[in-house]
Parts: sequence; C-alpha cells; structure tokens
Amino acid sequence: MSRSKGAIAGIGELKPQRLTQGVTTLEMIAEVSRLAVLDAGLEPAAIDGLLVGPQVGETPQHVPATIAEYLGLAPTMANVVDLGGASGAGMVWRAAAAIEAGMCETVLCVLANNREEAAPRSPNRNPIREFDVPFGASGANISYALLMQAHMAEYGSTARDFAMIAAAARANAQLNPDAIFFGKPADVEAVLASPMIASPLHLLEIVMPVAGGEAVVVTSAGRARSLRKPPVHLLGAGEKVTHRAVSQAPSLTSGPLKSAMARAFRQSGTHADEMDLLSLYDCYTIMVATTIKDAGLCAPGQFGAWLNDHDLSHKGDKPLNTHGGQLGFGQPDLAGGMTHVVEAVRQLRGEAGERQIGKAGLALVTGNGATMSEATALVLGAA
Amino acid sequence: MSVDLNTLKTPGPTITALTAPFWDAAAEGRLTIQRCEDCGKAVFYPRPICPHCWGRRLVWKDASGRGRLKSFSEVHKPGHPGWLPAAPYVVGLVELAEGPTMLSFILPGTQSLHIGAMLLLSPTAIGGRILPAFKPVEP
Ligand SMILES: [Zn+2]
Repeated sequence: MSRSKGAIAGIGELKPQRLTQGVTTLEMIAEVSRLAVLDAGLEPAAIDGLLVGPQVGETPQHVPATIAEYLGLAPTMANVVDLGGASGAGMVWRAAAAIEAGMCETVLCVLANNREEAAPRSPNRNPIREFDVPFGASGANISYALLMQAHMAEYGSTARDFAMIAAAARANAQLNPDAIFFGKPADVEAVLASPMIASPLHLLEIVMPVAGGEAVVVTSAGRARSLRKPPVHLLGAGEKVTHRAVSQAPSLTSGPLKSAMARAFRQSGTHADEMDLLSLYDCYTIMVATTIKDAGLCAPGQFGAWLNDHDLSHKGDKPLNTHGGQLGFGQPDLAGGMTHVVEAVRQLRGEAGERQIGKAGLALVTGNGATMSEATALVLGAA
Repeated sequence: MSVDLNTLKTPGPTITALTAPFWDAAAEGRLTIQRCEDCGKAVFYPRPICPHCWGRRLVWKDASGRGRLKSFSEVHKPGHPGWLPAAPYVVGLVELAEGPTMLSFILPGTQSLHIGAMLLLSPTAIGGRILPAFKPVEP
C-alpha cells in the first residue's frame, strides 16, 4: 500500500436539527471547529491552515478571513472549497496537498449551516437559472429524477432496487442517536409508498435538509502520530468536475466519480473490493446506485442484485454508510458530504461504538456535488 | 395538467445581450442556437467562445426543431411555487438533432412517454412568454 499523504487527526460533528432560530452559520462553525481541535488534542494556535465552504447570503465574500477572525486564527493558508457535496472530501485532499507544499502544517476543514424557517430564494444568474428554470426545472430533485429515469431505462433497474438503498440507510441510522431519522426506520414498502416528488423519485429517496456542522483537522502523518488519537491516513484521492447543469452532463448513467475513484484506488494501490467501509455520498438513492457501479463493485445494471447479495449494516460484508448516510442522518447542506469523512474516521479509529464494523483497515469516501457534477474520492486507511 | 400555462407566474429567463438572439427567436416560435465556424459543432447554451475549440466565430442558425428524449420526469412537487398550478407536468432532456442537449418542457402526447421518443419543437406560451417547448412525434 502507498505511503500516507497526510492524516486526519481530529473530527467534530454537530447533531443535526431541522431548523435553527437566530443562530448564525459562523456560530455553528465555531462550535464544530472547537470539537475537532479538542478531539485532535491540539491548541487552537496550532491551526495554521483553514479551508471553508461558500456561505450564500451570510458572508458572500472574504469567507476565510471572516472565519479566521471569528476563531482567532491567523492561518498561513486559507481558502474556500466550493465543490458542493464534494467540498468535504475535496478539503481533505487539498489540506494534505497544502501541507506537502509547505504552505502550512495543520489544517482545519470546516463546513456548517444554519437553517432558518424563511430562507430567501437564491438570486442566481447563471445558465441554469436562464435555461432550465423557465421550463419548470428548479432544484436538484428534478435533476436527479432525470438521472434515475435514465438509469432505469438503460439498466432495467426498478423502483424497488432504489428503495432498498433508502431503507438500508434508515436501518443504519437506528444505531446513530444523532441521526435525524433515529427512531424512525422506513422499509422498502414505506419508501415506495411515500409521495412521488418528481417521477421516478419518491420523497424518502431524498435527503432531509437540516442544520448542522462538520469539521476535521488534517496534519502531516508524522505530526498526527504524536497526537491524542490514532491517525487516519489519506492513502489516495481523485477528483473530477465535468459540468453543472444536468442537461450538459456527458453521461446520465455514469459520473465523474468513476475516474475520481479509479485515481484514488490507483494512488493508494487498493481496489474497491478491499474496502472495509463504503462511505458513499447519498443525496439521493440514484447517487449510490451509480457510485456502486462506477466503483466497479457491481457490473452495470447489477446493482439491485448486488444489494440483495450483500448486508450493508455494520455487521455485514459490505458496510455502507454506517452513520445512516445522509438519507438517514440528514443533510446539513455542504457539511453533509463531510459526514461521510467523519464516519469513516470514527470507524477506522475503532470509535464507532455499537455500530463499529469488524475489520476496519480501509474506507472509501466519496463526495458528489450539484448533479453528479463535482466528484472527489478518498481512500482512507487506519493507523 | 389542465391549467393555461400562459397564466402561470413562473420565473422567466435572465436574458443578457449575448443570449438575447435565442430568446428573441423563441418569442417568434423559432429555436436558434449557435454554430461554431471553426470546428463545425453546434453549441447550446449560448456562449462568447465555443466550448469545444474555444473559437470565437460563432453564428446563429435556426435548429431543425427535431430532437430525441434522453430522459424525463413528471414533476409532482415543483421546485418553484409558480409551477404548482401546472403540476404534474413533464420536463425532459432533449438531444437536439444538431448535437447539443437542452432541458425543456414536454407537452403531453396521446401515448405514454419513453426515453428515446422522437420530439418536435412546439413553441408554447408559458408564464407570459413563448418558450421552445417540445412534443412527442405521434406515429
Ligand atoms: Zn468550435
């Protein structure tokens, strides 16, 4: 296996909530950053790198400086990572690269969002706004419905195949007391009986938007070994960005994660079948179906059969999204992608409690932004 | 869908000087898209440079209006409240005969819709303006 490109030394997570009242995103960033730095056993002054997400509405510009000032940091590397749901995974790779380039030594990667009752509609002026919205296609649901319909037509996948993904996520969420759907399982029948939002997409195949926050601390492998928690190493990564609007997607049934994952496996000298944990971005059920195929875990058109053949729980042969995925945990906006990183770290440290997987040596983490547009894949390894 | 689409309070396009020829043509019931004189490829949506070769010799050409349905969705819960009275309605990805794909409104046909269906431009008044919608070609 390849050498470590850097390590995750600390993690922080806020319990998701449906709505916040009078709480700013900055406040939530502060809370979750503190958790991650404490977990790493570091002093705040040790943070000399800062990666943050865009903050539509609250802080349109100068986001890193605003957050650095708020947290009392004076980083020697600061940047915005704007890759939608791939931002979290994208931050981890960028942090490791910045450390290797000598820009800094220890990077705080943080994403959070409040969720107020009456959020204003985004005042976009871009090609999607001009050429999709006037025809009745606003929002991600319709875009993913178009991907799902294409998948069904090309591979003969069924509504039940997709529903199994949502049901498995809900089942795993029953072991995560912080998950928004903890105590609320939903079986395949319940998923199929939920309202049709945009055919063939049912309500329970769509993530629940929540407020929340996630943070990780990335440092060099050497430094991580001297810290409080066992390091989780970045062994390989890959990324690709192909389009923004679904109409401009090069393919509706395969995405940029395919080459991103292939690169991550190549860099790390690993293979999809060796992963002890699959921490796969799941904004919609279709995203998991496409990722499983694009990873090479199943043959094209075989994902339904693959699901039937494998146990996706923490006790199973293919643990997938043991925190419940975003379908079970809730999607704290851009931080949603980072939940897949944080859970992988917990599992690879052996800290996942009653949902701890057995052998925990390697994890695949994927991030996906917009409509299968922005893709980042990480292969993480235990100390 | 029995509502008069033209009465909907839906968001219209955010037109710029560059994209105005597309929408001006749409208002006249035509579909006009750019073609690159350097590489010969058709371009949608309009841009100042060709996304294929970065050439700048882009000219407007009326499209044939023929297309193929790459995917579609019947929208039950629209993302914008202005569309609520029209739900359920169908949007689809239309692969134009010229090459590029655009998202459009798909008018109901007499038969159930399927991916691969042949489509024809069918200018339709939606929300107070004529948009290049499509309808399935009936056999
Ligand atoms: Zn060209």
